[in-house]
Amino acid sequence: MDDLNLLGPQLALLIGAAYIIIVDVLLPLAGREAYGQRRLLLPGLAVLAAAGSAGWSLALVLTDERGEAFDGMMTVDDFTLFFNFLFAGVAGVIVLGSVDFLDRNRFRAEYLALILAAAAGMSLMAAGTDLIMIFVALELQAIALFALVGISKSDSGSEATLKFLLLSAVSTAITLYGMAYLFGLSGETSLDGIASYVANTDENRSALVLAAVFLTAGLGFKMAVVPFQMWVPDVYEGAPTPITAFLSVASKAAGFAVVMRIFLVALGEGIVTTDWAYLFAAIAAVSMTVGNVLALVQGNIKRMLGYSSIAQAGTILIGLAAVAAEDPQLLLGTSSVVFFLGAYAFTNIGAFLAIIAISHKIGSNEIDDYAGVAKRSPLLALGLAACLFSLTGFPPTAGFIAKVYVFNAAVQADLVWLAIIGVINSVIAAYYYLRVVLNMFARDPETDDAFQPNPYLGVALAAAVIGLFAIGVYPTPLIEASESAARVFG
Amino acid sequence: MLTFAIFFPLLGAVLIATLPKAQERSAKHIAAVTTAIVLGVVAYLFIDYDRGAGGYQFLDSSTWLDSAPDISDFDLNYAVGLDGLSLPLVLLTAFLGLVSVLISWRIELRPKEYFAWLLVLETSLLGVFSSLDLVLFFLFWEVELIPMFFLISVWGSGNRVYSAWKYVLYTFFGSAFMIVGILTLGFTAGTFDIRELAEVGSFDGAIIPAWAIFTLLSIAFLVKMPVVPFHTWLPDAHTDAPTAVSVILAGVLLKMGGYGILRMSFSIMPEQASDANVIFAIIAAVSILYGAMMTLIQTDLKRLIAYSSVSHMGYVLLGTSSIGVVGLTGAATQMVTHGLITGMLFALVGMVYDRAHTREIGQLRGLATRMPFITAMMLVAGLASLGLPALAGFAAEVTIFLGTFERHEALTIVGVLGVAFAAGYILWTVQRVFWGEPDPKWAELTDATEWWERGPLIALTAAIVAIGVYPAWVMDLLHDGVAPIAERLA
Repeated sequence: MDDLNLLGPQLALLIGAAYIIIVDVLLPLAGREAYGQRRLLLPGLAVLAAAGSAGWSLALVLTDERGEAFDGMMTVDDFTLFFNFLFAGVAGVIVLGSVDFLDRNRFRAEYLALILAAAAGMSLMAAGTDLIMIFVALELQAIALFALVGISKSDSGSEATLKFLLLSAVSTAITLYGMAYLFGLSGETSLDGIASYVANTDENRSALVLAAVFLTAGLGFKMAVVPFQMWVPDVYEGAPTPITAFLSVASKAAGFAVVMRIFLVALGEGIVTTDWAYLFAAIAAVSMTVGNVLALVQGNIKRMLGYSSIAQAGTILIGLAAVAAEDPQLLLGTSSVVFFLGAYAFTNIGAFLAIIAISHKIGSNEIDDYAGVAKRSPLLALGLAACLFSLTGFPPTAGFIAKVYVFNAAVQADLVWLAIIGVINSVIAAYYYLRVVLNMFARDPETDDAFQPNPYLGVALAAAVIGLFAIGVYPTPLIEASESAARVFG
Repeated sequence: MLTFAIFFPLLGAVLIATLPKAQERSAKHIAAVTTAIVLGVVAYLFIDYDRGAGGYQFLDSSTWLDSAPDISDFDLNYAVGLDGLSLPLVLLTAFLGLVSVLISWRIELRPKEYFAWLLVLETSLLGVFSSLDLVLFFLFWEVELIPMFFLISVWGSGNRVYSAWKYVLYTFFGSAFMIVGILTLGFTAGTFDIRELAEVGSFDGAIIPAWAIFTLLSIAFLVKMPVVPFHTWLPDAHTDAPTAVSVILAGVLLKMGGYGILRMSFSIMPEQASDANVIFAIIAAVSILYGAMMTLIQTDLKRLIAYSSVSHMGYVLLGTSSIGVVGLTGAATQMVTHGLITGMLFALVGMVYDRAHTREIGQLRGLATRMPFITAMMLVAGLASLGLPALAGFAAEVTIFLGTFERHEALTIVGVLGVAFAAGYILWTVQRVFWGEPDPKWAELTDATEWWERGPLIALTAAIVAIGVYPAWVMDLLHDGVAPIAERLA
């Protein structure tokens, strides 16, 4: 029972997913009127499942339940719990933001169930402490996401799905190859077992480096960093916008969570640590630069945010590079990564929610068509502007603290050069983020029709915006959460 | 008390933002009352400041972010206080804050947002001059960009979008380096407190060379000041900004650069500042001459004054390059007097533009007969700007030259040439615009008759004369403020 208790947050999501499918099948039997309630009933159930998951995590926190489950396959610790909250919250908000989209899609129940399943998979990725478990979790969320990307069955959606599926398959194979190396060398699949092998060996250095490179490449796909980012723009553009938001926040965070687990635990000590730290530093520098430069020239706001998310992933990697660089900052680097992921979740989700609402009304994702949105819907425009300012890193928003915290980790780890590349990239990023703000505020709209988002999305957006200001003004709670998540690796 | 003064405008902004649409005309009244109260409080602080005791007074501090000691000493504190250097600048900010609200009385376009942003701007500026913590300073420094961005791009004229963008990107570029410098300083000294950092003295043990930190810090200030060759944002921003924003921009924002040089670069890293004094003097001389010469070929009144600002801010840098107490006092005084004089010039040009709808010098002629009051005021401001004795500019410039001559003889002489230029371009401009045969085209123009036009102008004149006749009331204070910095430099 203890095992199940620890698995509770994920179980809540999966049970919710199953329940939604069942209700959807049974609902026509309850009569026409009940069937008409589908529009809100099913998303309501999904939000309930997410809330239940978060509530369960909260119960685990309050009762101070921690520990391994299922013979060490997964571990519930502060790190796991942080991501449990993150994924449950993101899933709930994405559901709220999908109400409009679902009116135009007949796979309502499937869509919601898949989101919950994917969130459960991501949550398990963060919890997994065994290669087998991690791989299964990885597949669970990946398969759910394939279906979600193509769920609107449009041409661009199908193209996106195919691209996503093929490249994801390749990356999974590469990840598996890296895992196979670790298993082959150490004879263990548990991360602790591998760690004790790696920490005590002087041999097989090149094989370990190779394993690290394969894992980086395979998981780099999930984190969406250069040079494993090719899928991002097309998939982000082709997928339904709520799913794009889900990919850019949750899927990316899950990738980072797994990377932290594997690299910090299994490869955390021993002969290859500085090797992968510099590998991450290089990837961070390239991702930031390539992502930002390509984002500059995008006309489609979803593509722009796609490239920008590549750049943001690069910024997050700075923290990971700081973990094992010249002057290792294990706790600070990890804590800055976790904090950034949390802050980024609020910010990017908020940006996508605003885009969902605006694009739905103006019928376009082109940045040029955002002209004068501030006149037609001042609150939405302000909400999007707040998120974009946070993405740029302006105070007093979450993005500001997150960037300062990550750069601080870099400076302390003697990676000043990387911090400088990071800040120069912030300037480039300011250019394309602010372009959207300028379009909304300083240009005149073609029509003066005012519009409002639907209330569910409005509430979610307001929560995200309030959250990003709250973190910006009073970051201590999130910092403390990140710090205790980081101590898991200490 | 000080904290109240800093955040009270923000409160006013929130109040304005929540006004119902029907009440939007009262936005300006709220803004005027808010800024008047702030001015009252700051004036009280100015009188209440214990000149005998000196040092930082009106201290307020509390912990803002306390990270766990086992992870990093990344502690952020809210710490504000005023000393002889910052107090006059805070008074200047509060004064011009009220002025800028009054001269915006006729704003018709989205008045709610306009006055709200103006008040946010005031909070950020007061915060910059009051911060005693580097990260807090940086936070206010960055926050200032957001209201400026909106104010120029939405309420500006001409090429407003381009100018707003250029302004933000230039400043952001500078501050990107500043944050790396700040983090390095904080990491080396283990604190972000400006007072404690000033006691450290030497940063030779830092992870990057001390001169590199000094450069990282100073670039942002030199861009903001601005000096040649980083000045090109200034004419654009000034020309296209609405009048009140030009007043704040010239009056207060440029001073952030000079203040930063004195408070951060010079007082924290005196060794490197001493080493750099020749470079600073050369940059200053170039700025003074280049700015002065550029004024001669301007055809737009605002651009002309903008370039004169480049020249006059060159004096500030020249004064600092003396690294002696006299020169530093002169530089600090020049910041205050330039704020008043140039603020007034921009206000006047704005009034001319509101009436004639052109700022082309070639088109304006013989306005003196139509607007005697504006002409008289223009004459006062112009004469003060060219350094006429008994007006504010004289005291500052003479002190600068006195202080600098010993150290940089030749460059000081070059600087004095700038004064000759100033006499030329100011008198020539006044002659062309206000004297001469009245053009029948301008026969309909009216003088400044409203209380909200005359009031600020008379108050500015009073301040300029007061400093000109009896400079000691601010200069003594500024002298006490810069004396500790000069001691460290010696």
